Amino acid sequence: MKLIFEKGNVNRGLDLLPECDVPVYSLNEEYERKSELNLPQVSETEISRHYTELAKRTYGVNNGFYPLGSCTMKYNPKINEEMAKLPEFTDIHPLQPIHTVQGCLEVYRLAEKYLCEITGMDRIDFQPAAGAHGEFTGLKLIWAYHKERNDTKRNKIIVPDSAHGTNPASAAMAGFTVVNVPSTPDGMVDIEVLKTVVGEDTAGFMLTNPNTVGIFEEHILEITGIIHEAGGLCYYDGANLNAIMGVTRPGDMGFDVVHLNLHKTFSTPHGGGGPGSGPVGCKEFLAKYLPSPKITEKDGMLVFEEKDEKSIGRVKDFYGNFLVVVKALTYMMTLGAEGLKDVSMNAVLNANYLMHNLKDIFDIPFGKGRCMHEFVISLEELKKETSVSALDFAKTLLDYGIHPPTMYFPLIVQEALMVEPTETESKETLDEVIEIFREVYSKAHQNPQELHNSPVKAPIGRPDEVAAARNPVIRYKFS
Amino acid sequence: MGTYVPNTKEEQHQMLQAIGLNSMEELYDTIPEEVRLKSPLNIPKGMSEMEVARRMRSIAGKNRVFPTVFRGCGAYRHYIPAIVKQVTSKEEFITAYTPYQAEISQGVLQSIFEYQTMICELTGMEVSNASVYDGATAAAEAIIMSKERNRKKALVSATVNPMIIETIFTYLDGTDMELEIIPAKDGLTDIKIFKDKLSSDTACVLIQQPNFYGLLEDCDEVGKMLAGTDIKYIMSCNPISLGILKTPAEYGADIAVGEGQPLGLSLSFGGPYLGFMATTSKLMRRLPGRIVGETKDSQGRRAFVLTLQAREQHIRREKASSNICSNQALCAMTAAVYLAAMGKEGLRRAAVLSMSKAHYLAERLCELEGYNLVYKGEFFNEFVTTVNADTDKILKTLEDHGILGGYPLSNNQILWCATEVNTKEEIDTLISILKEVA
Repeated sequence: MKLIFEKGNVNRGLDLLPECDVPVYSLNEEYERKSELNLPQVSETEISRHYTELAKRTYGVNNGFYPLGSCTMKYNPKINEEMAKLPEFTDIHPLQPIHTVQGCLEVYRLAEKYLCEITGMDRIDFQPAAGAHGEFTGLKLIWAYHKERNDTKRNKIIVPDSAHGTNPASAAMAGFTVVNVPSTPDGMVDIEVLKTVVGEDTAGFMLTNPNTVGIFEEHILEITGIIHEAGGLCYYDGANLNAIMGVTRPGDMGFDVVHLNLHKTFSTPHGGGGPGSGPVGCKEFLAKYLPSPKITEKDGMLVFEEKDEKSIGRVKDFYGNFLVVVKALTYMMTLGAEGLKDVSMNAVLNANYLMHNLKDIFDIPFGKGRCMHEFVISLEELKKETSVSALDFAKTLLDYGIHPPTMYFPLIVQEALMVEPTETESKETLDEVIEIFREVYSKAHQNPQELHNSPVKAPIGRPDEVAAARNPVIRYKFS
Repeated sequence: MGTYVPNTKEEQHQMLQAIGLNSMEELYDTIPEEVRLKSPLNIPKGMSEMEVARRMRSIAGKNRVFPTVFRGCGAYRHYIPAIVKQVTSKEEFITAYTPYQAEISQGVLQSIFEYQTMICELTGMEVSNASVYDGATAAAEAIIMSKERNRKKALVSATVNPMIIETIFTYLDGTDMELEIIPAKDGLTDIKIFKDKLSSDTACVLIQQPNFYGLLEDCDEVGKMLAGTDIKYIMSCNPISLGILKTPAEYGADIAVGEGQPLGLSLSFGGPYLGFMATTSKLMRRLPGRIVGETKDSQGRRAFVLTLQAREQHIRREKASSNICSNQALCAMTAAVYLAAMGKEGLRRAAVLSMSKAHYLAERLCELEGYNLVYKGEFFNEFVTTVNADTDKILKTLEDHGILGGYPLSNNQILWCATEVNTKEEIDTLISILKEVA
């Protein structure tokens, strides 16, 4: 398909702005742009059709089943979008006087209250713009905590080898050294090894629970106990919170800091890679280090308290991805306590139902036949038998009109496919998916070449990624 | 109670039976009793959609939308073409994930490729990433990417927006990089001090154009000063101003960053916004975040993919160039649609109108007793004046007339802003109201 730069014609365009009604100021020449500015020269019709064509070549949750493990691609309710478009939210300048932004502060305060309750934390800060940004912020709190105690030798963050790549990357960015701990054959943190790596240099430990193989770390209290005993703090990666709302809370498992992904658990859309929102929650003893001042009520008005001098400082402009928080709050209000728990139970039910109907033929290495909200399939054996890889399998699913599961993650599983159906899929969708997975599995044995050649029905076939990286073309060149 | 779970209680029961369980609670029997919640969450009962809408509208109603705005200071009210909002409301774009599965994500990938091209055109740079969170984190990431083994000091001008400086400080604090602020003189970076501070351990310098006070810095001089050195020249820019102002590339910058919010994003109480980052081909592999590249598919057709992923966290883990994963993709698409709609002439007009209105505003303000420009330099669409009464009193009076005045820098200085949306009539009204305050 053509790029927008290859459409239109010289001097074509839209008439959007009025004539100048004040004297036109002429800029001192030394500041003037001399270089050419090549932007599209297109009509509104062309823009509209261009993006409609791009939309056709894009697959969202609205297009169909999207079982990306660890990503919680649940349905994004329309009322959330509608509320985030209210002009009383969109047309508010971030530096307006406090009494003119009472609605915005109420959104933050209510969302904070509900998320504290869901996580068992005492404070939530909405400044971080995404999960990884939340991790960075949360780790800075841990860093500030040790620094204030003059415990500066604590420079190591322990991360399981099954962790999301952002965990070690965030730790490194916050100035820590990363220590990886292996998982046991049943997919849990190896407690014996953990005991040997903790010590006087342990700053903290990061974990998602349920973990990335989709099972609950049963010995969680022992794990957080070991870290605390050694003088470290425990960080909860909220990527998998969708499994446990209303059932158990990170705060009750011994975690001191959490981040949440509002664009996963709380139904705000991913937008093709953002904007998300990665609020950070913490126990009271860490609250003074948070980037944003607390919102409290004073004389009948919501105000920001004075910022604590121990704050790590801001991690972004203003207060965070506000409109995303509006969407998440709308969602929490809609569901309420009972609805949130229902979400988690059905997310776990759907995953177990799907897994149960696949486990007779697929190798599911962890969980002994049970899982939380997601499960991991290993196609290592299938690959040995048929030469069909996880990649081939995933690409074949595209021809069936469904989005593949997360591939090749976690890294501890060979030829991994990580499946997270979410609670917003119906039984009939799951039944269809079961049929599709089983059919593709048979095809792998009957005609592996067909799988190697897939997809054939998608807008394009497999792209040459090696060529893309070897000889990068990352912008259009105007002739 | 609202719900988005499609399965009825009967269906849930059937599914439970199919997997050999009798109740939902049994799904959780691997969770130890000690950490199980003993009572329901203390969150109000769910509501129907109509009730939720009513409640949220009542909360929104506690905000005040100002019909007239003369405040910028890092967030700018510009005209947003109707096509921008329509295009970016398409469900496929809103509900898609990061485009890892290229074959069914060509739409998102191509839109990012087009965005990257537009950012390169705007800044004059050679390569752009797919976006970062906002202008502040873009500046912090640029500083981190400029680090060399023996160059770990960042020199940042005091005329950079204080929020950006604070963010940089947070990012560098606790790492092996060091931050030094170069003082301002008459509202501009003191280039002489800058020059004196350059040394063999300087990794980069950061200048904002136009700066926090709206003034145009002597970026040529900075460019000359850094030419031929290994010190990275980082410029933070207002993207609308680049419709008429010299580009970072023309000034010799190595990295251009900025807040992309003026490109079609609403004010939204501070977010979501858009951080843009562009650099030279030489520094391409140090860029943080996603980058989309063009290639061919198995049939030889044009195709787009996420590329140069060896820089990223999901591959490199603790050795990645940044931890960034989700970025601001839909905001980047918004900026691309905005730039497509505006075109070269439209963007230029937005810039000229903003600059002209700001100069008219400044001229009219200075007719008032006690109002003077604090700084004498050339400015774009923001400037600082003294005022003839306490800023609180002035701004309160304006507020009573539905006007959000400039941002108070102190009790006797205001940072004003005008854009193309401010009419002559609005400015004249502002002046007549201010005449009455003393």
